[in-house]
Amino acid sequence: MRRGPEPLSDGKNNKKTFGLSPHAHHQTDPDDYMGLLIDTVRCTGCMACFMACKEVNELPNRNDEDLNKDTYTVVKKIGDAFVRRLCMHCVKPACESVCPVAALQKTALGPVIYDEDRCIGCRYCMMACPFGIPTYEWDSMTPRVEKCYMCYEKRVSQGKLTGCAQACAYGATIMGKRKDLIALARKRIQDNPDKYHPYIYGEHELGGTGTMYLSAVPFENIPFLPAFRDEPLPILTWNVLHRLPDIVVLAGVLMAGVTWIVNRRLERVREERGKTAHANEQESAQPQEPDAQEKTD
Amino acid sequence: MSLISTTAIRNRAGFKPTLWTFVLAFVLIAGAYYSFVRFTHGLGDVSALSDKVPWGLWVGFDVLCGVGLAAGGFTITAMVYIFNIERFHHITRPTVLTAYLGYILVSVALMYDIGRPYAIWHPLFMWNPHSVMFEVSLCVTVYTSVLTIEFLPVILERLRMHRAVAFLRRLIIPLVIVGVLLSTLHQSSLGTVFLIAPYKVHPLWYSPLLPIFFFVSAVFAGLATTVFESFMSYRFFRKQLDTEVLDALLRMAGLLLALYFALKLIDLKNKAAFSMLYQLNSTEVRMFLLEMALIVLPLALIMMPRVRGTRRGMFLISVLVILGFVLNRMNVSVTAFSAYHGVNYFPTFPEFMISAFMVGIGFVAFYFAVKHFAIFPEEEPFKQDYDDKLRAGMELPEIEKRPAL
Repeated sequence: MRRGPEPLSDGKNNKKTFGLSPHAHHQTDPDDYMGLLIDTVRCTGCMACFMACKEVNELPNRNDEDLNKDTYTVVKKIGDAFVRRLCMHCVKPACESVCPVAALQKTALGPVIYDEDRCIGCRYCMMACPFGIPTYEWDSMTPRVEKCYMCYEKRVSQGKLTGCAQACAYGATIMGKRKDLIALARKRIQDNPDKYHPYIYGEHELGGTGTMYLSAVPFENIPFLPAFRDEPLPILTWNVLHRLPDIVVLAGVLMAGVTWIVNRRLERVREERGKTAHANEQESAQPQEPDAQEKTD
Repeated sequence: MSLISTTAIRNRAGFKPTLWTFVLAFVLIAGAYYSFVRFTHGLGDVSALSDKVPWGLWVGFDVLCGVGLAAGGFTITAMVYIFNIERFHHITRPTVLTAYLGYILVSVALMYDIGRPYAIWHPLFMWNPHSVMFEVSLCVTVYTSVLTIEFLPVILERLRMHRAVAFLRRLIIPLVIVGVLLSTLHQSSLGTVFLIAPYKVHPLWYSPLLPIFFFVSAVFAGLATTVFESFMSYRFFRKQLDTEVLDALLRMAGLLLALYFALKLIDLKNKAAFSMLYQLNSTEVRMFLLEMALIVLPLALIMMPRVRGTRRGMFLISVLVILGFVLNRMNVSVTAFSAYHGVNYFPTFPEFMISAFMVGIGFVAFYFAVKHFAIFPEEEPFKQDYDDKLRAGMELPEIEKRPAL
């Protein structure tokens, strides 16, 4: 059973260059990625999104407090507000960049999906995710990484809304292109400036996220949405990685050179020694022999 | 009855069971049992790992420390073949053997840690050039192959395949250079692995210098392991201890420890993190200070010729350096994440046993290799002979010089 669709074959963008380098970005404009806007001001905590998620993904219902292998989203009560927690579907996902086998991929459409047939289970994605989203099937013999896949296979790739966006009756979870969601969020803040804290979380954080938040109170109050700089995380490792080929070439040439010089010198020393030893021997043995003289010369 | 049988065993094999024999037997039995549990019930049953703590002892110790402690292989071969330092020739074989076993065990340990051990070959074919882990897995695989070819002459020699040995020996210099390159890459890249998590790794350990820290510390830890291994061989296999060479290795390790410590100070200054060190009630700060103490203490001991000059001192220094190194790797991979995760991780008994199992297998494999292959120069009785004959004014036998590898 696989969780993700065939990677690289979402129909729109077959040629995917794991575009994390500063020069070869993903081919979709980040503003055109599909995302989710979570409006915590409108959320009533009815749990319809939670139930819809369980249903679409066929997950056993176990009312857990936090994300786990059977729970891709939770609704947390923070102060007076309800705040959903789920995969952020980053524009430049750390999980995608660290995966040694490209099992996690940012699709051209926007969702960050997972191919269990590639996964080796190193769990580097879990270590790298700044939001602590991916979870693991610890008790399985063929464990999978589990997180929200934005209903990619079953719904979004077929042009439908995610289960949660479909289920929300209050406009608290809205699916759309990032640019449209940002415009909508701006409008909501503008229309009700006294209700909203004037900030869209996820517009710029870590290079932007697919899941974005509106809140009545400053985001410092929401522990799982920390203050992040705008710099995408994959750049941090890429800055080192992309230098390695140059280092290999330079260090290789340098070492070959050193080996050559050192060995050449030792050879010369040996030759010299051999010569003198040979000459001495010849001299003491048969000093008058003309052939031997010639040889040593 | 039992008394008789033990004596019989003793006489037959010249084998005296000591405390260490029993420890080893226990570790091997427990390790085998928990291996069975691990590969039939999954990670959850044997480890304290969880969604909050995805990496624990097996990544921190078995993999990060295993690779680092095996760094002696590339350091010594570089000194012997690239810089042509004659006096290290006779420690090349045991060092390369240690490195080779180290890398094999790292690969085995990785099979325990990754959730899908049957998919371990995937990185060779399913590439993600943007992943540090991909680069590391490729380098480690290729370097293990390089070590195999480097060590192959020792095996083929024994099988009297002289032409193959001669052929392989002609390849040795390019092989050593490739080995050094690959080692430089993956030793430093294991530090790069943690650069992706600036918001998770505790600021005392997060640093843009992590790749350099990992590389430098791997080199001094590799040198310390070479010294440690020499002492183990001396103690358990009655091999000769060449204190002059060990002294040279320790002085080199000292230089690198000093460099490492200086870089750590520069790094703390750059991060303006000195004031953080006053918070002595924080676990992280205490662990960090302990780690630094295990850099400064062996460094100080190396600088004292009276300590470094004695066998006991040398052994102590090598153990301290290794301990400091292990603590560093555990700190970076576990302690540095604990504040973010908000969960205190402590390995389970099975986790410890499997890590010990790896070390135990290493010792046993080393023992068998030493027994069956020409790993050590046959010097000890020989040298005694040599001295006696010299004293008696007899003609000296010619010492046959064996190639380093």
